[in-house]
Amino acid sequence: MKFTSLLTSAAMALGLATGAMAEDKTKVGFVYVGPVGDGGWTYEHNKGRLAVEEEFGDKVETVFVESVPEGPDAERVMTQMALEGADLIFTTSFGYMDPTINVAKKFPDVKFEHATGYKTAPNVSVYSARFYEGRAVQGHIAGKMTKSNIIGYIGSYPIPEVIRGINSAYLHAKAVNPDVEFKIVWAYTWFDPAKEADAATVLIEQGADVILQHTDSTAPQAAAQEAGNVVTFGQASDMSEYAPFPRVSSIIDDWAPYYIARTKAVMDGTWESANTWDGIREGMVAIGEISDAVPADVKEEALALKAAMAAGEYHPFTGPIKKQDGSDWLADGETADDGTLAGMNFYVEGLEGEIPQ
Amino acid sequence: MIVLEKRPQPSKAWSYATPLVAVVATMLFGGILFAILGKNPVEAIGTIFWEPLFGEFAFYYRPQLLVKGAPLVLIAIGLSLGFRAGIWNIGAEGQYIMGAIFGAGAGLAFYPLDAFYIFPIMVIAGAFGGWLWAMIPAFLKVRFGTNEILVSLMLVYVAEQMLASVSLGLLKNPEGFGFPGSRNLQAYDSAHNAELIAGSGMHWGVVTALIAVIFAYVLLNRHMLGFHIRLTGEAPRAAKFAGVNPARLILFCLGVSGALAGLAGMFEVSGPSGVVSIDFNVGYGFTAIIVAFLGRLHPVGILLAGGLMALTYIGGEIAQSQLGLPAAAIQVFQGMLLFFLLAFDLLTNYRIRAARSEVA
Repeated sequence: MKFTSLLTSAAMALGLATGAMAEDKTKVGFVYVGPVGDGGWTYEHNKGRLAVEEEFGDKVETVFVESVPEGPDAERVMTQMALEGADLIFTTSFGYMDPTINVAKKFPDVKFEHATGYKTAPNVSVYSARFYEGRAVQGHIAGKMTKSNIIGYIGSYPIPEVIRGINSAYLHAKAVNPDVEFKIVWAYTWFDPAKEADAATVLIEQGADVILQHTDSTAPQAAAQEAGNVVTFGQASDMSEYAPFPRVSSIIDDWAPYYIARTKAVMDGTWESANTWDGIREGMVAIGEISDAVPADVKEEALALKAAMAAGEYHPFTGPIKKQDGSDWLADGETADDGTLAGMNFYVEGLEGEIPQ
Repeated sequence: MIVLEKRPQPSKAWSYATPLVAVVATMLFGGILFAILGKNPVEAIGTIFWEPLFGEFAFYYRPQLLVKGAPLVLIAIGLSLGFRAGIWNIGAEGQYIMGAIFGAGAGLAFYPLDAFYIFPIMVIAGAFGGWLWAMIPAFLKVRFGTNEILVSLMLVYVAEQMLASVSLGLLKNPEGFGFPGSRNLQAYDSAHNAELIAGSGMHWGVVTALIAVIFAYVLLNRHMLGFHIRLTGEAPRAAKFAGVNPARLILFCLGVSGALAGLAGMFEVSGPSGVVSIDFNVGYGFTAIIVAFLGRLHPVGILLAGGLMALTYIGGEIAQSQLGLPAAAIQVFQGMLLFFLLAFDLLTNYRIRAARSEVA
């Protein structure tokens, strides 16, 4: 093609042309819901991508597209990656579920990995992390740190993953502080600094002196910093730029080991569709450093809690636990099964308000 | 010294040339931006404009241009009628959402019945939903003289809340394990707005957009109502003397633009998207405002502008994954397009002259 050759010669003349790609490289695509600089969810997925590049060097090529809306646009981006020879595609948001399944049908030889969903296929795996384990540690610290006994919670969407987090944080805050009360605001976004800041401000005005968030930006940290005496936790990423205060600890999603393992499996030809749900024990969920703003004894207890989960000795949902309506859920000593947790659509006893529906 | 001098008549030549000049200027300054980001500007711009049309995988991207462009054109056509008459519907995004809710709701009400009449009912319901949402600002303006810009814009946020509500309640998929979002209409044949020819991208929304272009053209050039719309925008006093009924015009313009936006939402939810979900709307209603102006509020211009916008979206995604351009750079690039268009628009009504300093 004439125009193409013109482009090529122009590119060479400018000396900026990238070398021709070797055919035997494994190509891995990533579809992100936010910008890579969100400082939270997408930032950590991108760190996982960079870890894959570092691990395999020349043997791998990674591509990504950021801020992809959930829906037909995501489907197009995935198709484009598959057409351009991707061998493995990670789609890193819940709303990419149906598009992932659609595209996977058209490209049976390409492997897909969908984060936080529930639909699998012979060439589609799903993976997620047991964030609720991290929420238990957060809840414990939050319950100890609050003076007003009001803890604000910025929810993203009322889906099981988020409800699990609220329940886990509440149970563990309540365990150390029986007077604690949760105020929950639903932002209906994963990433929108303006909305998140508004939500944080509203909660602070209602007397919350600890803010937990299930949204991805650092805007709530900034709002807390402005208020002066409000405790926050990093979400998805360490958000250590707000340490030691207001950010006193964090839940970190570490996708790198999983991404490396799955890329290796594709290279070796051993990839199989799987449903992975890893937690603190496997290292997919990490607890960011607990800062000195937290009293030493509280820090010690929090670390002990983490160690117990890492050793598999403690499950955050251990009975007796009742549901919000007062009915029994777990008997004394009973632990929640994964099926119930995966589809969790109820609050535990003591939480106020209703899950929007 | 340089002065601007008002032309006695708007320049016809410039009014056709400005979109082209704006595109060229966007390429030039966009290229500089990409070069600053350390990318080869020729390659980047080539990727954005060339790959989707003539690249290796154009067989996939060309139909996608129709899918991405159709809702933009459909909404922009409706908006342009009002814009010409000085009636500013800024809330097409909300009307788009309501069209999708009404359309999908009508279809899901029949689930799992298999019948030929379900899809036509959905089309009517979608148009009705959008029309109804646009009638609120129209009625308030006619009856109480409220500002339709503010009312229609604010109703977008109300519509977004309703979308969240039905995604979590009324239309939630009973087999969705408690996750928000409706059943997938792509899996319900009677309600699926499928491609008319597989792989062509041509769905009923594309057909409707093309029909809307033709109708708008005929209306504006061959019909009394179209003349009244143009007259009201260009010479409101003359329109009054000509016996134009402003209330009727407001109801018509907002009603049509609402119905078309509702149709766009309905075709999107029953086709490419498939699901009513909290994040269903991705800004077509707002982007269509840019498309309407980029197309000079002219039906054929809007058709071309819709195609161009779709091209920058799809080409932009390709540039992201192939060249690693950040998404924000693509958005700046799209913003430049509107900026330069408005800037060069000045030349239609003014000419630049080097003025000698004269002594009085």
